[in-house]
Amino acid sequence: MSAIVPETQTRVLNLVQAVNEALDLALERDPRVLLFGEDVGRMGGVFRASDGLQAKYGEHRVFDTPLAESGIVGYGIGLALAGMRPVAEIQFAGFLYPALDQILSHLGRYRHRTRGRYSIPMVIRAPYGGGVHTPEQHADSPEAVLCHVPGVKVVIPSSPERAKGLLLSAIEDPDPVFFLEAIKLYRGVKAEVPQGYYTLPLGKARIVREGEAASLFCYGGMVEVCQKAAEVAAREGVELEVVDLESLTPLDTETIVGSVQKTGRAVVVYEAMRTGGFGAEVAARIAEEAIDFLQAPILRVAGWDAPYPPFSAVEHYYRPDAKRVLEAVRKVLRH
Amino acid sequence: MDVDTLRYLQDDGTPLGELPFPPEKLLSGYRALRRARHFDERALVLQRQGKLGVYPPFRGQEAAQVGVALALEKTDWLVPSYRETAAALTHGLPIATTILYWRADPSGWRFPEGVRILPFYIPIATQIPQAVGVAQAGKYHGENWVVAAFIGDGGTSEGDFHEGLNFASVFGAPVVFVVQNNGWAISVPTEKQMKVRRVASRAQGYGIPGVVVDGNDLVAVWKAAQEAVERARSGGGPTLLEALTYRIAPHTSSDDPGRYRTEEQTEVWKRKDPVMRMRRCLEYLGVWDEQRESALVEELETELLAALEEADRSPEPAPWSIVEEVFAEMNPDQRAAWEYLQGGMR
Repeated sequence: MSAIVPETQTRVLNLVQAVNEALDLALERDPRVLLFGEDVGRMGGVFRASDGLQAKYGEHRVFDTPLAESGIVGYGIGLALAGMRPVAEIQFAGFLYPALDQILSHLGRYRHRTRGRYSIPMVIRAPYGGGVHTPEQHADSPEAVLCHVPGVKVVIPSSPERAKGLLLSAIEDPDPVFFLEAIKLYRGVKAEVPQGYYTLPLGKARIVREGEAASLFCYGGMVEVCQKAAEVAAREGVELEVVDLESLTPLDTETIVGSVQKTGRAVVVYEAMRTGGFGAEVAARIAEEAIDFLQAPILRVAGWDAPYPPFSAVEHYYRPDAKRVLEAVRKVLRH
Repeated sequence: MDVDTLRYLQDDGTPLGELPFPPEKLLSGYRALRRARHFDERALVLQRQGKLGVYPPFRGQEAAQVGVALALEKTDWLVPSYRETAAALTHGLPIATTILYWRADPSGWRFPEGVRILPFYIPIATQIPQAVGVAQAGKYHGENWVVAAFIGDGGTSEGDFHEGLNFASVFGAPVVFVVQNNGWAISVPTEKQMKVRRVASRAQGYGIPGVVVDGNDLVAVWKAAQEAVERARSGGGPTLLEALTYRIAPHTSSDDPGRYRTEEQTEVWKRKDPVMRMRRCLEYLGVWDEQRESALVEELETELLAALEEADRSPEPAPWSIVEEVFAEMNPDQRAAWEYLQGGMR
């Protein structure tokens, strides 16, 4: 394990507290780090990710911007190419769309189109995904859109300890990184988080549960869903392997392929709409590099091909749960 | 509301009154103006010879660009759209780099260190919020730099124009937003682009100063830009500077303006040619004549030929350079593509 997790005291934090701690440490460590977005300053963000940070570091380091996502991303690009380390918050990933021109045309392209003269070491954080009864537009999972942009990295943590270390890596990274945080996990998971500054490498998937029967590939809010499915399966004597992709781009194909070589069966789980989702990319890579090891077709468990429903009686039918994951598992095991 | 148009020169170049700059300064300004014109004329020829890619000429807009660039210090930033080659050349972009850039040769994509010019922006208005970020970064570095960000009249219809001006206003950013109102967004005339008579009047909506200047009058542009730059540098925040000019040239080397405008329309503006106007002004002041003009053109041609030779010496880009410099470090997929393009996997 190349991660630098110091032998130190830990405290129990939820994911949003872990994010807050990472932001605090980054601001403290590097005067170039700036934090901004809508309601990020005085209020500390709608989810409180930047709680207390303006009071601690001042309005010039942690500040509110006008309500304009393209402006926020464009402004950050300008800061970054002139030597700063901007960390922008987009209030919800579903509000990112006005900024797509900045993202597609510039964010990931700048290093390439200036042959390295400029780079954009910027982090864009955004809460994503469903499961907490949000209004319309607040539960989107647009990670596949972002993964289709050359020159940007997309990271999605699944636990407080991972979120802290990965976010600090993202802020240190010389290139732009999208850091998507599952809203469901913000206060839904609590875990031991090491104190102090530590980073976890980007571009590495991790096996969170080992098994031989089939591989479940997932990230973000779907990791706990897959873990739950694996627990249920284990009671029936079926050992599933759960692989948390963590970094979507760059993608750790080696770990994915290694797992499929071992189990011969793959189910990809994601909460975004099924068609064109990131799980399709994972399935394609498995087909390209491990088809000889497959004993069953690769299955996807995902959101339906429809917009995510706002808070309603049917909402929970959209987001994959352990039951749907296990249905797919039974299918690949029967094959 | 309307704003008065700042002018120092009549259409024929005769000064309207006392000029704000001494003759030696006017001479250096004219040199930059003439140099830009020379590049533009030669660039179109090079394009026809297949030595440049699609090229957006700026004929008619030299003063609007050069006047702003002349008002900047070397430590200030220039943020150009795709038509600001004249401004870029004046702010220090080497001619050889400029040629390579418009040849789409990657060796021209990396502007030299110390030259504070962002790459030419092809998407419309995206540079505007970015310029505000660059401007504010100076404050964190303890630098007193100012940013001049260019856009066209058509570009002001984009959301990013509004978002950028609003950010600049709220943050008090040291930016001069230069709108070259050249009458056309490819084929769409300004009157179909907006219902305000002057773009600069929109400044009121952002709570910032709006200034209109005769964009074909180098002296006026230079002076107005100087004042805006000074205001920005001394903490007075952004200015919206509208330069009224005209795109004599086609939109790009691929465009056919005959499809949307008449020769007569263009003729009116040819008579206000910014380069000729400045030359006539210098002649009126008795500091310029035919002989000096010929000597300057000869000098500019020599400079251009040397730069062209330098650009031509640049080796052909390697196929594998396609996947280089996407990230600081190649990811495994890019590494595989790079090896393939090197021929290693064939």
